[in-house]
Amino acid sequence: MIRKEEIEHIAWLARVALREDEKDLFEQQLSSILDYFAVLDEADTTDVEPTYHVIGITDVVREDEPKEALSQPEVLRNAPKKEQGYFKSPRIL
Amino acid sequence: MDVKIGLECHAQLLTQSKLFCSCSTDYHNAEPNTHVCATCLGLPGALPVVNERAIRYGIKVALALGCTIQPKVIFYRKNYYYPDLPRGFQITQYEFPIAFNGLVRIESDGGKEREIRIKRVHMEEDPGRLVYRGTIDTATYSLVDYNRSGIPLVEIVTEPDLKSPKEARIFLGKLRSILEYLGVFEGDLEGAMRVDANISLKGGERAEVKNISSYKGVEKALSFEITRQKNLLRRGLTVQQETRHYDETRGVTLSLRTKEFEHDYRYFPEPDLVPIRISNRIEEIRREIPELPDEKKLRFIAQYSLTMEHANALTFDRHIADFYEVVASKIDPKLSATWIADVLKGELNYRSISMREASKRISPDDFVAMLRYLKKGVITERGATEIIREMLDSGGKPEEILRSKGLASIGSDEIEKAIHAVIKENEAAVKDYKAGKKEALNFLVGQVMKHTRGTADPKEVRAMLTRKIDGEI
Repeated sequence: MIRKEEIEHIAWLARVALREDEKDLFEQQLSSILDYFAVLDEADTTDVEPTYHVIGITDVVREDEPKEALSQPEVLRNAPKKEQGYFKSPRIL
Repeated sequence: MDVKIGLECHAQLLTQSKLFCSCSTDYHNAEPNTHVCATCLGLPGALPVVNERAIRYGIKVALALGCTIQPKVIFYRKNYYYPDLPRGFQITQYEFPIAFNGLVRIESDGGKEREIRIKRVHMEEDPGRLVYRGTIDTATYSLVDYNRSGIPLVEIVTEPDLKSPKEARIFLGKLRSILEYLGVFEGDLEGAMRVDANISLKGGERAEVKNISSYKGVEKALSFEITRQKNLLRRGLTVQQETRHYDETRGVTLSLRTKEFEHDYRYFPEPDLVPIRISNRIEEIRREIPELPDEKKLRFIAQYSLTMEHANALTFDRHIADFYEVVASKIDPKLSATWIADVLKGELNYRSISMREASKRISPDDFVAMLRYLKKGVITERGATEIIREMLDSGGKPEEILRSKGLASIGSDEIEKAIHAVIKENEAAVKDYKAGKKEALNFLVGQVMKHTRGTADPKEVRAMLTRKIDGEI
């Protein structure tokens, strides 16, 4: 079971504003999803190495060579607000 | 007062391209958002790929700090929202960092050697840079430049072994020195080293101070924080565990009091990056580690018969050490040590420039030429200092400066003439001296130096003056 306070906390972390009825809905839905995954708890994982990555390859690297970047207008093209080549954002401290 | 300080030091690594994309790291003095691509801008679908050199630099740092290198590293996502982080998470290392358990030796107050334990070394990407119009308090919005986003950082975390703000500054200086020796870091680039500090006093909780971005700032921020915590404890109040922000311009720490910095980062392995095995790189990288400051200091003392003070002064900055060794290979090593450690370094400090910058104007050969003039008596010590200053301020070669400034020391005939004139012009002072006022002689020597525009050797002037006046008595 997941509590309503947890729903509110998760929503805050994701910066999603939820209405009261949505909180109730997600409380139910997330709870049933967690229950569904709880089946995994039954598997015996003693002596099993944790999986950090599902594809079995390692060491994918690139050489340290600079390549051309995007132009400033391209970079800022999707920005809702900009000023003198910067992205404009609300002040957060 | 029992103070415990632990530091988290973030140092920018000197790669050509960023940690997870190929954007150039040469962003200092660049227009905002011109060193940016889909990856470091966090656009959907962009795939990060690890920079091999950055990993090698990270391993090199960990080895130089005496750490135990881990067999593999795994990158994690650290989730939080802040405008300087375009994706809403920072790619960093968590459970599988590059290394644990290192050690840095520092010379604390009064030359006492102290060992500062290193807890861990890991790598992560730098966030973007926020710019405020006006001050951070009054600005109504912030401007974001992502040129810095994705620059490789190595984070070095100490155990809480530092006992004072001064020790913290000494530690940072030593760390900077080691990183520069390794050739992976350049400390005078703006923002190259940023520090978060954990500090607690006996009987109180620890506070974390973020946003310290200069070497001097560390000492100031921590001193402020100690005073603040002491005052709370003295008044019988408790020090709360919290995160505080250092305001560099005002020299104070401020409580953030926002949930924004609660440690709810929900770390999980970065699915776009596969694990990197590092064991196979260690031996090769170990061989690349150069002589480090402590070893160099001992060698300088043994090889050039230097004092501990000179050896310290000459080995702290790799560029000064290299400069010294070239000069010392061509002319008297002790004379070189004095003129580089005492005079040149003083002139650099006075101008707030680093040896790295200065070496664009003074070459070791120029310095040797200047010292040769001095040794042969062509110039006085004052003339030598003048040449160093002129080289630093306007460039030019010693021989040109010698000529254009008329610094060649003059013969005793001319000193004789100057003395004659000075004695004539300053009868009162001569009388005072004869009456036993020793200070009057200093005045007269000064007058002769003025007459000769500093080209006379003051010791010689003094000797000649006394002989002349005493002879008259």
